[in-house]
Formats: sequence, structure tokens, C-alpha cells
Amino acid sequence: MARMTFADLAARAQARPAVANQPIIRVGMSTCGIAAGADPVFAALNAAVKDRSLDWRVRRTGCAGMCSMEPLVEVTLPGQPAVMFGGVTPEFATQIVVDCAAGKPLPAENRVPGLAELARVAGDPVPAAGEDAPRQYRIVMRNCGVIDPEEIDEYIDRGGYQALGKVLSSMTPEQVIGELKTAGLRGRGGAGFPAWLKWNLTRESKGDEHIIVCNGDEGDPGAYMDRSVLEGDPHAVLEGMIIGGFVIGATTGFFYIRAEYPLAIQRIEKAIRQAKAAGLLGKNILGTEFSFTVEVRLGAGAFVCGEETALIASLEGQRGTPRPRPPYPSVKGLWGQPTMINNVESLANLSQIVARGGEWFSTIGVGRSTGTKVFAVTGKVKNAGLVEIPMGMTLREVVEGICGGTSSGGPIKAVQTGGPSGGLIPATELDTPITYEHLQKLGSYMGSGGMMVMDESDDLVELSRFYLGFCVDESCGKCAPCRIGGTQMLRLLDRIADGKGTTADVATIKRLARAMQRASLCGLGQGAPSPILSALRYFESEFADRLVPEAN
Amino acid sequence: MSPTPTQTEDDVAVIAKRWKDKRGSLIMALHALQDRYGYVPREAAMNLGEQMNVPLARIYEVLTFYNYFRLKSPGKHVVSVCMGTACYLKGAPQLLSQASDALGIAPGETSEDGEYHLQVVRCVGCCGLAPVATVNGELLAKVTGESLAAHLPSPSVSNDGKA
Repeated sequence: MARMTFADLAARAQARPAVANQPIIRVGMSTCGIAAGADPVFAALNAAVKDRSLDWRVRRTGCAGMCSMEPLVEVTLPGQPAVMFGGVTPEFATQIVVDCAAGKPLPAENRVPGLAELARVAGDPVPAAGEDAPRQYRIVMRNCGVIDPEEIDEYIDRGGYQALGKVLSSMTPEQVIGELKTAGLRGRGGAGFPAWLKWNLTRESKGDEHIIVCNGDEGDPGAYMDRSVLEGDPHAVLEGMIIGGFVIGATTGFFYIRAEYPLAIQRIEKAIRQAKAAGLLGKNILGTEFSFTVEVRLGAGAFVCGEETALIASLEGQRGTPRPRPPYPSVKGLWGQPTMINNVESLANLSQIVARGGEWFSTIGVGRSTGTKVFAVTGKVKNAGLVEIPMGMTLREVVEGICGGTSSGGPIKAVQTGGPSGGLIPATELDTPITYEHLQKLGSYMGSGGMMVMDESDDLVELSRFYLGFCVDESCGKCAPCRIGGTQMLRLLDRIADGKGTTADVATIKRLARAMQRASLCGLGQGAPSPILSALRYFESEFADRLVPEAN
Repeated sequence: MSPTPTQTEDDVAVIAKRWKDKRGSLIMALHALQDRYGYVPREAAMNLGEQMNVPLARIYEVLTFYNYFRLKSPGKHVVSVCMGTACYLKGAPQLLSQASDALGIAPGETSEDGEYHLQVVRCVGCCGLAPVATVNGELLAKVTGESLAAHLPSPSVSNDGKA
């Protein structure tokens, strides 16, 4: 692709993509889809189309979010609404083409709800209370399952890079920060720190250079929206990163991505190459004075590296151990320079906030939790997958309304948010709206978006042990409260799980938990006691039933 | 299957050349070594340290901190069972013990003939299809002990030793 100019971008915004007069078949080919068998399905479709010399388009696309129904195939016939098929086999895929080519109607089997039934996307009206509309609203996932993530043109055809053009042609960094402030976007990595404040702090810090980092070290076992967005719409994250670079005055950006996500790495690397070729990255972006390069760096399997100071150490080629803050990375980060670290999902929101305005974004969600949040709803749930909802929706609407309740059809016992640093929420609290504040009040937190559903068969003492075991394994060992506190707490928990614990052990666990929360160096140690504390708070009887009476 | 010294030198020279002058590149260079051999051989690490001007102690400090790096050859076929929360809830512990029985090795071990390596991994991010496992990097969805066994490559099939 030739280097683009502002005029090219403007022309692309005006151009309406021609209405296809040929059938289009899209196959979900993110990690989930491929694991479920999308590769042979894609091959079968291509072969069937080729064998019959049909002028049809068979396209690859990202994850539509309905992971448990993969492989997904969406068929759009000219002038007809798209039809989505789930659990598609190569044989069934061939059948679709054969039937269609013979003029027969599309098969009635294996149909699942299509994207239009599932979600509205950024630009559609925000559903009003009580309105009969799809429950999901997709800003971050607006292109996931729609475009071919490996084709920059498809991203641009959907309005991609228009926000970057707007920023570089007509906005000052202060104006972008102003829009972020109006939008009220808060960090989607877990803590919910106001994005505008972080951007502003980094921008105002003095240094030899400013650096922006995209945190794609999605370590929470059970959260995978970052992987899915990087795989399904890499340019959206890249565009957010380039805008961020311009705002804080950076010339270099780094993607820090888990090594466990090979496809995400491959797709973001390809996106970077394409953006460079199009003049949207590199020297003199869109013909302006602004030059910015982006490089990819991999994690190496350390949960603690999601913590920003540990991530910095890792990027510098050291052990991923955190250090005390302040100074915050916005003042002293990578190689001592002002560094802004943003989560993948936060950056994916950026272009939409700039293009549609902070005001628009702030009308979605409730109170101080504006916008949407993507959740990975998994565990004992009927329709496991990714959902993106306006904040303020209740947990029940997500787990029961969108995801169909438990897979067994039985009652929900608990829902866990925030992963190993989050907490269990009992079924009695499911009518709580999903906001940063409400979840915290329940003893959990937003986290990066894992939402684990537990049914009556799940043993919460064992689950507490699982989460704590994870944190003990992943503790970097630098500070004593986390290293020693976690290990001791796990021993006590082992004793309780084995039926040898006493009420004194429970009291000790609570005391250790307080010490860890107050004295640990970083979020890993501070958050590690959350699962067990919430289990003790809401399900104390499960622990009490296993205790031995204390000898007098 | 240890690489020969000259082979190692050539490989390391290429890797060192690519990453030496880039910032924040030590971990990337180590990834490149592991991609090449399936683990980070000691000879190669020493060689890399010399060429990138990084003390060996620093390299081992990093290698031993991160779970992803292996210091021993994992064997020809690497079987990973995901132990993320979703997989855990959906029976990953049972799956792991079935895999362990089938291969005759404990998690973290390599079979004596060097054919199989069994390991636990923390969430490969495919939670909607739990439980999942990977065999030589290929992801298997909604795995059972039987389906995993069916996917195990037979011992004599050789590959180039990559993970």
C-alpha cells in the first residue's frame, strides 16, 4: 500500500464500500476458532468454492466472542441478512456451498445468533433503559468477527485511522487529553485509574524522551479479551498507541505481549508492517512532522509482569520484579524516562473516543464507570465467550441473560471477577451493577475482565486454594509479605482443606491477609488474599464444616 | 539432541546481530534461542552473553526467573496442559493426571527416551473452550484424556526438536 495523506484518508471516509453482489463467507479464525477446527473448515470452503468456479469471497475474521460455539461461519448472500452457523465441520461447510450454489436455501441446522442479534456497535444508538435491543454494545470489539484482521484496508473501510488523521490534522495533545477527560475512560487493566490523568502526567514529565507501552501481558488465568482484540482487530490497538505517542510526545512505543499468544504477536507484527507501508507509522506520519516507531517485545511467563514496574524491569531485560512507587512510571519508567503504560482494551477505545467525542463515550455506562467493558465469561456457564457490555449492567444480566446461566441448568453458586486478585460474589448479589465501585464494595474488583461462573458442584475451599497457589507460584519473592505470607497462608489452607484446620487457623489466615494487603510491594501480593477473604465472607460455612473442634 | 558447537555459534551470531543494538532485547534474544533449540543450551547462553556484552550471571538471572524458559532439552514432543481457572474448573487436574499416566512421566518431566515432555501452563487464553491442552504448540479444545491420547504423536515420528 502506498503512503497515505490526509486527503486519502478523507476520501476513504467519504467512500461507501460497494454493496457486495457476491456471497461472502467469513470464518472465525482466532486462536479459539483454530483450536476448534477452523483451519480445515476454511480449507473446505475455499476448495468447494474453487471446485465450482464460484465468484464468492471466503474471508478470515477474528473472534466474534461466541467461543464455545466455534468454529463459526457467517454467510452473507446479496441482499439478505447474514446467517451465522456454529460448530461447523468441513463437511457441513462444503454442504453450505453446495446447497447455496444449487439455489437451495441455507441449511436450517447449526444456526446460532448472528452478530446483529448479539450486539450493537459504536455508532449505533446506545440502547435506552427498557428498550428491546441487543444487550451487548461493542466499542472495543466493534470489528472483531467482522473484518479480516490481516487486511489494513478492511480496517480503514470501517473508519479506521480516521481518528489518527483527525488528531494529526486538527487537534493539540491538550485537546485529546480534554476529550479523554470528558469521556471518563478509566484503565481497563484492572485498577481503573483515569486515563486522561495518566496521559497528562506523562506528557508533563521531563525526560530525554517519552515512551508509550501497551501492556498485553494478560496474565489473569481466565481473561483473554486482550488476546482476542489483538488477534481480531490489531489496527485498533495500534491506532490508539500512535495517538497516545503523539499526545505524550513519544517517538517510540513498545507492545509487551505474552509469549503464550503467538497468533496475537503475529497479527500485531503484520499490522505494524502494514501501517508503516501506508505511512501511518514511521517517519513523518501522514506527511506531518510526527514520527513514531513501534516494536514488539514478548513476555516470558511471569504473571507479576502485568504490574507496571515489573513490566518495565522485564522490558529492560531484567527479572520482572516490581519496585516501590513513587516515582511512578509516568515520571520515571523505562530506562528512567517518562513512560505511559496502557492496557490493550484501553487503547482499543481510543480511536472511537477521538472520532465520536468524549461526550458520546460518557453517555455509555453509569456514574464514574463510563463506556463498556469486555468480559470473558467462562467456567460452568452455558455460552462461554467474550461479551462487551455498557457498564452498569447487572452481573445477572451478563451471566444469565447473555450467557444463558450455568451449563448444567442448575443454580449459580458464585461468580468470580478479577482473577487471582479478585473475589467471589455469591448468587445473592447477582443484581449488583457492574461498575468499578460496586464490585469493590463486594470485596472483588473489576480486574482485567475475567468472569468465572461456579455452580453447586464447585468446592470453594479448593478454588481458594487454587487461586492462592497461583499467587504463591507467581510471587516474585522480592517482598516478604507476599513471599512468606502467601506461603504460610497456603499451608493453613491446605490444612483446612485436609480437614485438619481449626478456627485459630482461620483467624491466622485473616490476620496474614491484612498484613499482605497492607505491606506487599505490588498488586500481586496485595490482591492475593482477596479470593480467600471473599470466600470466607460469603461461604464461611464451607470452611467451618471442615474444621476440627479445638481442644480445650 | 544437543546442537553441535559450530552450529550453535552460527545461530547465536545471527541472533546476537539482530538484537545487540536494540533496546530491551535480552529476553527477545533468549526467546530466539529457545525457538531454535526448544530450550536454552548453556553453550549458546554463554556465547550470546559474550556477543551481546551481557554477563552470564545476568542471563541466568533472567532465564531462571521466567517460567517460559527451559534450561534442559524438553524432548521431541511437548505436551502442555492448561491450568488456567476455566480449565481447572472444567477438569484440567484430572486431565493432567491422565496425561501423566499415559506418558508415564510427572508434570515437568521428560521421558527417558527423550520423546515426550509434559508440562503445566498458565492459561493459553482459550478459556471458552476449556479444558485445553497443546501438543507441540497445536491447541486442542475441549480435551478429554482420550482425545489427548489420540493426538499424541507416535514415538518414532521425528521433528526438528522445536517446541
